[in-house]
Amino acid sequence: MNAGDRLPPLEIPITRTLIVTGAIASRDYQDVHHDPELARQKGSPDIFMNILTTNGLVGRYVTGHFGPRAELRRVAIRLGAPNHPGDTMVLTGTVEEVDGDTATVRIVGVNGIGRHVTGTVTVRVPA
Amino acid sequence: MSAEPDVHEEFDARLKAYEGRPAAVTGVGKDPVNAPMIRHWCEAMGDTHPAYTGPDAVAPPTMLQVWTMGGLSGHPGRAAAYDELLGLLDEAGCTAVVATDCEQEYLRPLRPGDEITFDSVIESVSDRKTTKLGTGYFVTTRTDVRAGGELAGTHRFRILKYAPARRPEKPRERRPRPVVNRDNAGFWEGVARHELLIQRCTACRALRFPWLPGCNGCGSPDWDTVEASGEGTVYSYVVMHHPPFPAFEPPYAVGLIELAEGVRIVSNVVGVPYDKVRIGMPVRLEFRRYDEELVLPVFQGVAP
Repeated sequence: MNAGDRLPPLEIPITRTLIVTGAIASRDYQDVHHDPELARQKGSPDIFMNILTTNGLVGRYVTGHFGPRAELRRVAIRLGAPNHPGDTMVLTGTVEEVDGDTATVRIVGVNGIGRHVTGTVTVRVPA
Repeated sequence: MSAEPDVHEEFDARLKAYEGRPAAVTGVGKDPVNAPMIRHWCEAMGDTHPAYTGPDAVAPPTMLQVWTMGGLSGHPGRAAAYDELLGLLDEAGCTAVVATDCEQEYLRPLRPGDEITFDSVIESVSDRKTTKLGTGYFVTTRTDVRAGGELAGTHRFRILKYAPARRPEKPRERRPRPVVNRDNAGFWEGVARHELLIQRCTACRALRFPWLPGCNGCGSPDWDTVEASGEGTVYSYVVMHHPPFPAFEPPYAVGLIELAEGVRIVSNVVGVPYDKVRIGMPVRLEFRRYDEELVLPVFQGVAP
């Protein structure tokens, strides 16, 4: 791995099922992640993905690329445009820095309305 | 109006006072780190990383926060300061919440059986911010997550507590406007007077509908009109299920109505459930107003 390496993009269909199973797997029962009517009352056009699911997907993207030995050391994400059902998010990543067996990867996830997530992942890949 | 900024300043100052106060003191994870929850997480995320399965499985590090979640029953360990802060924001109308930032550092892997404890502090409360979702405050907390008493990870989390912005009601979609031209203007003038006018050829006396500039039978351009009695029967019909058009709510019945005078007209069959419309059903003309400028002739089903 070298600074400047680009990770192949990962396309994730944002289904209602993904949003709801992600929320439940993360024990996040906020209504905006499963109840469209209550989500609308709170100013959102539909339910949207919770941050823990985005975090999990970003982690999966990075370890999926660096292989079975990859270990996440740090994940820092910021959310922007929400992931609503029916959208597709495309994750892309660029290796920013390599220090021995540890890489820092800049991540962007774009959906139909804009940047859903931007962040930095530090991953260790022992030889 | 002039008092408003001061009110905000005072409120903002009250919120700022919560910075540095604990959000959770020795919170205890509801479940120890465990294989079923790890498996459910991996299934939801589509994560097939081999480190997360098998006898030596570790939990996906990104699950760090999951082990601290209160679930439906909430957290008895949550410190009063955090609840107070959220309560203040609720009272100020900031009833909705959305997470915006998550920064996690993983110091040691979590394994099934690890008992989780955590301490959390309110790191900062922002000034009042206006976002696309609404106006509110960003609240940042920092949590130390321990496994068996040993620091396993840190978790900085930022939420926006906000008053939902009102979405403007969508203006009701209006039915399409009829195309009125010199050949059919007389028809629409009749509709405006609640008269359904049929054209009649003054040369051969044949009735025609819809309106045309000349007679189909004899070719004469001369005509006058006959007012329909309003009685008719369903000659044929379709039920529209899909696709939906603005201002129309499927399913609805569109009838080809044979008027008592013998000509046919396409319109809605109303007053009868869409699935009860039948060929031969008697109908009666009615004029319905759809908006301030649109009146249309429709046909009311008549009970046999």
